[in-house]
Amino acid sequence: MNANTTVERVAAPQAAPVAQGGAAVVARPDAAAREVLLAVENVSLGFGGVKALTDVSFDIRKGEIRAIIGPNGAGKTSMLNCINGFYHPTEGRITFKGETRQKMRPHEAAAGGIARTFQNVALFKGMSTLDNIMTGRSLKMRANLFWQLVRFGPATREEVEHRRKVEDIIDFLQIPHIRKTPVGKLPYGLQKRVELGRALAMEPELLLLDEPMAGMNLEEKEDMSRFILDVNQEFGTTIALIEHDTGVVMDLSDRVVVLEYGRKIADGTPDEVKANQAVIDAYLGVPH
Amino acid sequence: MIYRESGQYKTSYEADRAVFPLRQDRIGIAVIIAAAYAAGVFGSDFLLQAVLIPFLIFSLAAIGLNILVGYAGLLSLGTGAFMGVGAYACYKLMTAFPEVNVVVWILMSGFFSAAVGVFFGLPSLRIKGFYLAVATLAAQFFLQWSFNRIPWLYNYNISGAIEAPLTTLFGVPITGATATAEARYLVVLTLVIGLTWLASNLVHGRIGRQWMAIRDMDIAAELIGIRPLHAKLMAFACSSYFVGVAGAMMVFLWYGGAEYNVFNIDQSFFILFMIIIGGLGSLIGSFMGAALIFMLPIGLGIVLPAITEPFGITVGAATIEHLRFMIVGALIIFFLIVEPHGLARLWQIGKQKLRVWPFPY
Repeated sequence: MNANTTVERVAAPQAAPVAQGGAAVVARPDAAAREVLLAVENVSLGFGGVKALTDVSFDIRKGEIRAIIGPNGAGKTSMLNCINGFYHPTEGRITFKGETRQKMRPHEAAAGGIARTFQNVALFKGMSTLDNIMTGRSLKMRANLFWQLVRFGPATREEVEHRRKVEDIIDFLQIPHIRKTPVGKLPYGLQKRVELGRALAMEPELLLLDEPMAGMNLEEKEDMSRFILDVNQEFGTTIALIEHDTGVVMDLSDRVVVLEYGRKIADGTPDEVKANQAVIDAYLGVPH
Repeated sequence: MIYRESGQYKTSYEADRAVFPLRQDRIGIAVIIAAAYAAGVFGSDFLLQAVLIPFLIFSLAAIGLNILVGYAGLLSLGTGAFMGVGAYACYKLMTAFPEVNVVVWILMSGFFSAAVGVFFGLPSLRIKGFYLAVATLAAQFFLQWSFNRIPWLYNYNISGAIEAPLTTLFGVPITGATATAEARYLVVLTLVIGLTWLASNLVHGRIGRQWMAIRDMDIAAELIGIRPLHAKLMAFACSSYFVGVAGAMMVFLWYGGAEYNVFNIDQSFFILFMIIIGGLGSLIGSFMGAALIFMLPIGLGIVLPAITEPFGITVGAATIEHLRFMIVGALIIFFLIVEPHGLARLWQIGKQKLRVWPFPY
């Protein structure tokens, strides 16, 4: 949106409005040419003596699926925590939608349009699926305390209007049968799905997924992959995901960034990354 | 068979989000409310003064504490003191502006305890759980000390106590020595029903969901855009409001007068036990907990002599008092072992069983 972006972006986005769904698939290889949504520049993060991230730079472009991979302890989750304001980088800066933020709080990131799921499911266990996803719309609800107290007028209208949106998400994720079930009682795979739903309820511009497929069987992984692609293509949401299943990562993502010991060792399309010797040594390995 | 939802289809989200979606529940609540008002007209003075009025007042205090502990997950041990703030604020307002109706002041006094609650709730932004409970103890001791040591609060009475002056509602005395138990009961009942309705609206809406989100997973709640500062202080304010109103009602519509030591830490624990036994995060549990903790000893006091006397054993009043404590204590332990989630959960299980009866599931 801002005028100071370079000439190279003119070509790709202009084609997008013609056919959103189709264009996205065709445009996959050109992801690098799109507008930058989030730029991470020379970010370092230290906890006392431990350096979780050292001088990491990469960008996430509008509408792409960006994967962050790397061995355990490489700093992937720390990176996401920096992006949504849970940690503050000790050095470097993060620019989101052309705005560089210093010490942003997580709820400010949420208001800015960054949503997030967690490695270990972080749902509100005592609440139903419906309430969990409804909570995701908190930021968009405006009725004041008085109307909330009498549960009438604007409070009811607003609640019903948001309920409709939430039901769309429930349908999209195919979970209407567990609408009223407390999420603590749900199996793991469904909990992950509800968590995705809660993040989607925020209608984010950037969706951060921390290991969305951890601990799932093949079928569940296929379902989740489908949802991620659908979210990306139908809603146009930009996605950054951390995932250990290399097959899934290479199939889903437009571009991949590889971290090891808090440093970036590779960045590029899945094919480039797969062929990179440093990545093979550090993470992928060779087939025996 | 009677408690079935079959045939009751919801055709709108408005109907689906109702607090009582089942017709049977709605009828049940209407019957209970009607019976409660009937009790005011037909009940004996003992029933009203010694059982029902305190039960309702403690229920309201339990609802207040439940908002904080059960819904928002913030442990507090300052309930007694916040009740005191409501009572003393009401006393000051009543004596300073006697021309305004006392019911207005009782409802206003809650705002003072809400403000004090917010102030003492500030540590909750940094600390949780037992540590927060200890921090709220500061409120308990400091406020109780103030009630005793700041004579302005009790209008420099030599006795150091606050006493309810005579006031009327629609020409009927409702506070002071001449007020009948019946009149006071009807006022208490109406206020408690109204405030419970407000509390129910609050916890079933956006604000309630935010509290529960903070309770269940505060980090995720913050990343969704809920501001912990707002949500937690709001919980302290709402909770303290209800607790404060309960405190004002306790002094002016039940005791008729009070000293600072009414609002001691025992009172705080008493209310906390009610919500633990009744069920955290449940409004009906607040009523059930208050009923069990408050009414059980009274019930035993009546039942025990009735059991022993036919056997020719006369038990002294002191022994009955001891027995009461022992039995109540044992029952509390029993309930907590059988159902750690409180009476509200037992009630839910019962309703679920009734729904599928005569089949097991």
